[in-house]
Amino acid sequence: MSRWTRDEVAARVALDIPDGAYVNLGIGMPTMVANHVPEGRELVFHTENGMLGMGPAAVGDQIDEDLINAGKLYVTESVGCSYFHHADSFAMIRGGHIEYCVIGAYQVGSRGDLANWRTTSTDVIPGVGGAMDLAVGARNVYVCMDLFTKTGECKLVADCTYPLTAQGCVDRVYTDHGVFEPNGTGFTVVELSGAATLADLQSRCAVPLVAAL
Amino acid sequence: MGVNKVVTSGREAIAGIGDGATLMVSGFGPPGQPSELIDAVLTSGVGDLTIINNNAGAGGRAISDLFAAKRVRKVICSFPKAIGSTVFDDLYRAGEIELELVPQGTLAERIRAGGAGIKGFFTPTGYGTELAAGKETKVIDGIPCVLETPLYADFALVRADTGDRYGNLTYRKTGRNFGPLMAAAAEVTIAEVAHLLDPNAMNPETIVTPGIYIDRLLVLDEAAAAEKETR
Repeated sequence: MSRWTRDEVAARVALDIPDGAYVNLGIGMPTMVANHVPEGRELVFHTENGMLGMGPAAVGDQIDEDLINAGKLYVTESVGCSYFHHADSFAMIRGGHIEYCVIGAYQVGSRGDLANWRTTSTDVIPGVGGAMDLAVGARNVYVCMDLFTKTGECKLVADCTYPLTAQGCVDRVYTDHGVFEPNGTGFTVVELSGAATLADLQSRCAVPLVAAL
Repeated sequence: MGVNKVVTSGREAIAGIGDGATLMVSGFGPPGQPSELIDAVLTSGVGDLTIINNNAGAGGRAISDLFAAKRVRKVICSFPKAIGSTVFDDLYRAGEIELELVPQGTLAERIRAGGAGIKGFFTPTGYGTELAAGKETKVIDGIPCVLETPLYADFALVRADTGDRYGNLTYRKTGRNFGPLMAAAAEVTIAEVAHLLDPNAMNPETIVTPGIYIDRLLVLDEAAAAEKETR
């Protein structure tokens, strides 16, 4: 057994979202959650550019120039879908009507702080989009990310060193090495991927990791 | 002859837009982007513009053309990075354009507030981040919030699907995005529509933007037909 693949992480997130939930999925790995909804569950996907009931990606003659998602990719309609303007779309987010959002992150802090909109690199053009609204407004914020950066630094940290998206908003973090919850001083391990051991991960993470009781 | 907001050319549609104007431009990606009106603004030669839009322009006939032609002084948006265009990036790095970055929901709500006569609102979005630096804060219901102020424009350029001579509009799918909000928040609102319908053919129950918000209506198929005639 090795660490979880991106699809396995997405599937693990999907397992935790109940039937009938209203869900917003971010760009990248979070989008893959839609491919792993367990049999018998129906989720209603929200895309912040103004649609509820977003269906799968559009291919071939399904493509409609007026129908894209927040990642600006062509998508389809699901049964029961609706369209609305941007203020309504963000009222759904900011008003706490969206029950789950799944987003990526650069870092998550031990008190649930989220850093996911820019790094400290000055060369990159900053862009925030709906990240701050989703982080604050969605009732459950699930982060989906690799546990380590490409250079081996743990992305679970005591305090974020990258600019914050929002304070204290993250409920759970799903990674290739397991599932974690911020607990105020470190992270509680909810589940480990097949290969991971707590001792091994702790040796690579500065922030305290504790086993769930 | 009563109410008739239909104009016959892009030039007539954008009359009055001058140097230094603030423009709201609808669109999220290509859907809802008023390409014909943007073209007309570009052709008119005006500059020193402030643009309020979600992005800084995707590829194709878009706001990025206004950037490329150096007609824009400042952009207020949530996500300037564009697929298939580095025009904004290059100007920004060269210090030739000012950027006010606003969280997307706050951007939408500030525009809505502008159109609704609301002079400010407190929101938790952005609290404790660099985008709220220097802004007034207040704890409401135990939640720390940031004071945000309304946005207005001299002109709004919006794109809709169908319209009638009263300026009543409907949109198509995700092309709706900022249109209804921006239509209300500008001194003069100009809509381009794909189709002009007889007012009796519009369903009053499903009109999204009531005509009160619209000052001028450019009908794309008629504009195209008129252009063909003059060739």
